[in-house]
Amino acid sequence: MATLIAIRPGRNGLAETADDPVCPAATGCFHCGAPLRGGVIHSQERAFCCQGCRTVFEILAEHGMTDFYRFGTAAGVRVSNAVKKEEFKYLDDPAVRRQLVDFADDRITRVSFRIPSIHCIACVWLLENLFRLKPGVGHAHVNFPRKEVCITFENSRVTLGELVAFLASLGYEPELKLADLGNQARPRVSRRLWLQLGVAGFAFGNIMLFSISGYLGLDGFSGPALKMLFGWLSFALAVPVIIYSAADYWQAAWRGLRQRMLTIEVPIALGIAALAARSACEVFAGRGTGYFDSLSGLVFFLLCGKLFQQKTWHRLAFDLDYRSFFPLSITRKQNGAEERVSLSQLQVGDRIIIRNGELIPSDARLAAGPAMIDYSFVTGESVPVEKQPGDHLYAGGRQIGGTIEIETLKAVSQSYLTSLWNQQAFRKPRREILDTMINQYSRRFTKAVIAVAVGSALFWWFHDPSRALVSFTSVLIVACPCALALAAPFTLGTAQRVLARRKVFVRNTSVIETLARVDTVVLDKTGTLTAAGAGSVEFDGAPLTADEATWIFSLTRHSTHPCAVRIGEAVAVRAGSVAGEVRSFSEQPGAGMQGVVAGHEVWMGSAAWLASRNVAVDRSAAGVGSVVHLALDGRYRGSYTLPGALRPQTAELVSRLAADCELALLSGDNERERDQFRKLFGPFANLSFNQTPLGKLEFIRDLQKPGKTVMMVGDGLNDAGALQQSDAGVAVVESIGAFSPASDVIMAANMVPRLAEILRFSKTSVRVVRLSIMLSGLYNLVGVSIAARGQLSPVVCAILMPLSSVSVVVFACALTNWFGRRAGLDDTAAGHLNAEAQP
Amino acid sequence: MIVILLLIPLSIAMAAIFLGGFIWAVRSGQYEDTCTPAMRPLMEEPDAKPDEVPDARQKLQRK
Repeated sequence: MATLIAIRPGRNGLAETADDPVCPAATGCFHCGAPLRGGVIHSQERAFCCQGCRTVFEILAEHGMTDFYRFGTAAGVRVSNAVKKEEFKYLDDPAVRRQLVDFADDRITRVSFRIPSIHCIACVWLLENLFRLKPGVGHAHVNFPRKEVCITFENSRVTLGELVAFLASLGYEPELKLADLGNQARPRVSRRLWLQLGVAGFAFGNIMLFSISGYLGLDGFSGPALKMLFGWLSFALAVPVIIYSAADYWQAAWRGLRQRMLTIEVPIALGIAALAARSACEVFAGRGTGYFDSLSGLVFFLLCGKLFQQKTWHRLAFDLDYRSFFPLSITRKQNGAEERVSLSQLQVGDRIIIRNGELIPSDARLAAGPAMIDYSFVTGESVPVEKQPGDHLYAGGRQIGGTIEIETLKAVSQSYLTSLWNQQAFRKPRREILDTMINQYSRRFTKAVIAVAVGSALFWWFHDPSRALVSFTSVLIVACPCALALAAPFTLGTAQRVLARRKVFVRNTSVIETLARVDTVVLDKTGTLTAAGAGSVEFDGAPLTADEATWIFSLTRHSTHPCAVRIGEAVAVRAGSVAGEVRSFSEQPGAGMQGVVAGHEVWMGSAAWLASRNVAVDRSAAGVGSVVHLALDGRYRGSYTLPGALRPQTAELVSRLAADCELALLSGDNERERDQFRKLFGPFANLSFNQTPLGKLEFIRDLQKPGKTVMMVGDGLNDAGALQQSDAGVAVVESIGAFSPASDVIMAANMVPRLAEILRFSKTSVRVVRLSIMLSGLYNLVGVSIAARGQLSPVVCAILMPLSSVSVVVFACALTNWFGRRAGLDDTAAGHLNAEAQP
Repeated sequence: MIVILLLIPLSIAMAAIFLGGFIWAVRSGQYEDTCTPAMRPLMEEPDAKPDEVPDARQKLQRK
């Protein structure tokens, strides 16, 4: 779908707060703040950059909603293209509509949209006050971190298509992807966990109150009747904890046993069961108040650990496939008329229209117009390719330039690229690793505990049979591995947060364990080691004026050379996409091009070419990748370094990674840069070029055969197979929240040079888990030695359990944070990197 | 000591009210978005209220 909204750069970061800096230029557009240049439109004594912005302002003014501009000066979103109502008509098709809405009956419909352009408090206010602008719209509720809005409307007054068109006309066009169809289940996992935690906390606090007299030895004082009452009350409060709050542990332990695995939940469940049984016996027999305080405290702490571990990040999805990349609708041409239809209605043989920047949804044949297709995201090929009518086009390519027409040859799901998802690797869901480090410990631990428990029971059976059962349950109770179970969640959970602060997001904590085991790193080239997209075109030299940018933009429009196309894209924003007339244009293949724009001579080309025309070329800026030099009116002006250029510090990264792991390069691009990478990676590294998406998957599988733990670092859809197959798939994204294929880690592109530190930090974190486990083992040893003698009183239990848990948690968190800081992964130490990343 | 028979139900009742409040808060989704509600007080109260379009939230939960 054409990007109708021009989002200002710098808004793509993880905006968690409302104080997104909005810089109102005094001369900027009153609505969106864009600099005003030529063709300024005035309305009510205010200046606007375009018709779209003026329209939004007038809609707001008409409904007395100019308060919008009080929340943030120039808070609006630029609406660059006029929105046509028909464009969203396809949404009213019953089949599409049914799959998109959350709820619908005869009168009302409720629907949720993701709107990427939500960026500030004014947006929230505007969307939640939508009912004032559009009759028929009811309640609207914005979730700012997720950039989602949930809208209720009356069917008789508004249709879904009208609503979306209206939102788009305000600059808030919902993101509608193919994946939104038939995918309405949103996980609500944490709600249940919160409730379980609440119940456990409630019981824990109240049972503690009843137990205090017991702790202080006041039982004699208060009398046996009261003691019994306290016992029964504790029992009543503990029942929901055992049944509801601990439910997941019962289930997980049962699952573990059925798979013949002594997972960590098994000793936990054993401990809870022993606590419950022994306490219930004491209460029923009227002997005491039991250990219900320890029981609920144990469950409470465990659930805290679980909640800490289950940190999720808004706007990040780790399991996307091509359907989240493909738009929901396309423009179909039928009988000479254009219509917007849902992609699911697309049939083989349909004629569709693809505009600049739009995606080719399925394998097709080019029917009209020369096309420039950018496959970088799909195949890793870094340079757009030119296609002529009749040529075959693969799905996933992006058209750059004019409008083209294509004729589809295959269904969307059967196309070359999308058929990757039919591979074996995608059949099984990404495995939940059962064989985590903690479960390995648990196996030995559980056996030891049961041995000690049975041993002490046997011992007392022969010496003092009345104490046999007591000592048996005491051992199980005190050995309940609460601290052990908390060691990993809190250490790895802290590590996860340390990494997230540097924009490295891991899917769950067991990924960190996998990262610590990685011995082979496979790197993708385009987009991973080299920066992808026009954004990374860098100009070396004094900043260009707007006029100069316009000249360059005009000149590049006349060339189809990939370098020219990219420079053109890069300066398009600065030039305002206004091309001037170019006279006496000429291009020398492999050398450069020249032309006269607005009376100025513009020369662009290689250093040698410019030098041959007596221009003093500054060659010092020549980095890795292609460099295009620029001369204006015969004077040297600077140089462009083009994508394909390596990210900064790549050489350092490679040498650091090579110290610990085996390295390989895997690229879909051609061999042009083989020599350069051979130099970088050393003589023994495995360099593969011209790899198909399927080839990449197989490459990883071959590496895994001898038992290697492989980390794949990639960015595009072409890496999706390799990311899925690898043990740890790392998706690199230029902006957080942008599309990334299914992976275990999502990482901001500027963190790529620090991969080696990330791996090392993971290893350190795992070492911290080991230390914490040892510490908790120490507590267990003390506890068991008391319990085996059959002398475990509720007070000892009530002190030992929280003491061990809290100290292990504090130890784990503090140590991990400290290592994080030392590894330079914390904010303070890496401040300079941050500055680099945000020019 | 008999006063304790009055104090215990009182304290449990009070705690139960808090628990009830917590359950309500979780159920109404307040723990899912802790950012946007903080922004709402900064906005002016709109003069108008949405038309009488019933909120579908209740029905959704059952779905």
